[in-house]
Amino acid sequence: MLSPAILIPAILNGLMTGAVYALVALGLTLIYGVLHIINFAHGALLTAAMFAAFFANRWLGLDPYVAALLLTPLFFALGYALQRFVIGPAAHGEDRNILLVTLGLAVVIENALLYAFRADTRTLDLPYGFDTIEVGPAFIAVPRVVAFGAVIAVALVLWLIMRWSDTGKAIRAVAREKLGAELAGIDVAHVYAVTFGLGTACLAVAACVLIPSYYVNPSAGNAFVLIAFTVVVLGGMGSVAGALVGGLFVGVVESLSGLWLGESLGQIGIFVMFILVLLLRPSGLFGERT
Amino acid sequence: VRALAPILVTVALLAAVPLVTQSNVVLNFLVFTLLIALVGQGWNLLGGYGGQYSFGHAAFFGTGAYVTAILQVRYGVNAWPAFALGIVAGAAVGAIIGTLAFRSGLRGSYFALVTLAFAEVLRIVASVAPITGAGVGTLIKLDLRWEALQFQSRVPFYFIILALVAISLVLVHLIERTRFGAWLVAVRENEDAAAALGVDATRVKIGAMTLSAAIAAAAGCFYAQYYLFIDAGIAYGPWISIEALLAPIVGGVGTVFGPLLGALVVKSLGEATKLVAGDAPGLDLVIYGSVLVLVVAFAPRGIVGVLADLRRALRRARRAEAPAEVGRA
Repeated sequence: MLSPAILIPAILNGLMTGAVYALVALGLTLIYGVLHIINFAHGALLTAAMFAAFFANRWLGLDPYVAALLLTPLFFALGYALQRFVIGPAAHGEDRNILLVTLGLAVVIENALLYAFRADTRTLDLPYGFDTIEVGPAFIAVPRVVAFGAVIAVALVLWLIMRWSDTGKAIRAVAREKLGAELAGIDVAHVYAVTFGLGTACLAVAACVLIPSYYVNPSAGNAFVLIAFTVVVLGGMGSVAGALVGGLFVGVVESLSGLWLGESLGQIGIFVMFILVLLLRPSGLFGERT
Repeated sequence: VRALAPILVTVALLAAVPLVTQSNVVLNFLVFTLLIALVGQGWNLLGGYGGQYSFGHAAFFGTGAYVTAILQVRYGVNAWPAFALGIVAGAAVGAIIGTLAFRSGLRGSYFALVTLAFAEVLRIVASVAPITGAGVGTLIKLDLRWEALQFQSRVPFYFIILALVAISLVLVHLIERTRFGAWLVAVRENEDAAAALGVDATRVKIGAMTLSAAIAAAAGCFYAQYYLFIDAGIAYGPWISIEALLAPIVGGVGTVFGPLLGALVVKSLGEATKLVAGDAPGLDLVIYGSVLVLVVAFAPRGIVGVLADLRRALRRARRAEAPAEVGRA
């Protein structure tokens, strides 16, 4: 057995990584909960956001945490436009088509980035990149603590929007009963696009808190997308609380299985869990059984 | 037999290509295009006819490729039986994943997700397991004899892949006319209704997936034998899963000739991009992704659908003219 001195830092670090997974998963689950589609372009959009955060620092000298203020609305607009002008019209309302369109978008975005920036891996050198704070027996990197805080903040903001704003009410109405909402005068296409925009905006935040301690290359987002899928499936498709808890849980599992199995096999732990959850309980641990 | 005529003509035309040119560039292009047409036909059987969109056909392609290579390299098995066993192994993987997924009732995007996840698991395992050569990959020893299924010239390879494509065309054509094919389409159109009429939807889907996987695996076996090198990224990489679904969707999903037509168009586009922009990494896939979105948006039935619409429009135009001529007479 491993001693607590190894175990506790591993768990804490897992929680911090899990926070980012939760953030990525939050966007995914939001889109699924309302549009009932799995956005296969999620990973590619995350990569795009990471590149944006990277070059905001390199070209404009913006600290990633400051860039988040700029990139979040920008990515909201991007997500809105994608759903309103590409995915929505192209899919003709068929689920199979939506699958293909988001997959096609993922391929385009990822490879456009590959074409523009080559496969090089880039990292930012920030003064606080390697700072740590001591928590009991563990040292935790400052960027990870910030990421954890950002997730809590984003979840809170999302909850407030959904609970109290008119847009939030419209989104919930559409998620619950699309036809009824439409009859009540809600512009469903607009609500869909807003939701997609919110989901994409989550990615901008995720990218900005990731980039100080992570690297970016044209497939960097993919490492997160399947994990986010796992989280979303685990937490129950469309469940925001599920995404948060699921994200943290997966982070810890990854950290622990990495400890026992080594880095690359640790990844398998996630996939195996993902497949098992899909096969055994596709409605997730928190969702209702259908 | 008459219904097989279009297949015969197509295959005969393609078979005549080496008589016209033996240029390596042309044959290389056609071999790779036919390879994609073969994987695409595999995908088409399950996705096009059965309506189950797999995002992980790399799992079958890669298994075929690895089994063919590993049996030869590590166990000294002759290439021909290794090729056959590769197909069997791919089919088995298809049956296993199919059984797991369909028995759990996974549909639509869940099915796409789980196939994607299985392919990724296999890719990661292959990239660390010693038997696959891990990160280094597996190299099949050069042995240019027909007994070893290796040839100096590309022409025999071309005929082998053409034969495989021909078999897949005939197979899908036959399935279209059997009861099994009718069940499969019924499941695609409305699974619950099909089940209510007594179709064992789960078994039909598993059967389709097994056959589909066998076809994709055959392409993988051929890949290993043609290029003599594979690694985890080639065999189980997402690229082949995307090629597998792109060809039939562009060509015409759920049609016999869709995958072949689609592969020809997509690969020609890829080559044209290379000619214009040089061999820039990623650019061809940008084009493929855009084509995928555009086809879904503007021609959901693919090239075959567009051609059918054109023919119908022509016929209608002719019919509109005909009465006028009668009146003149």
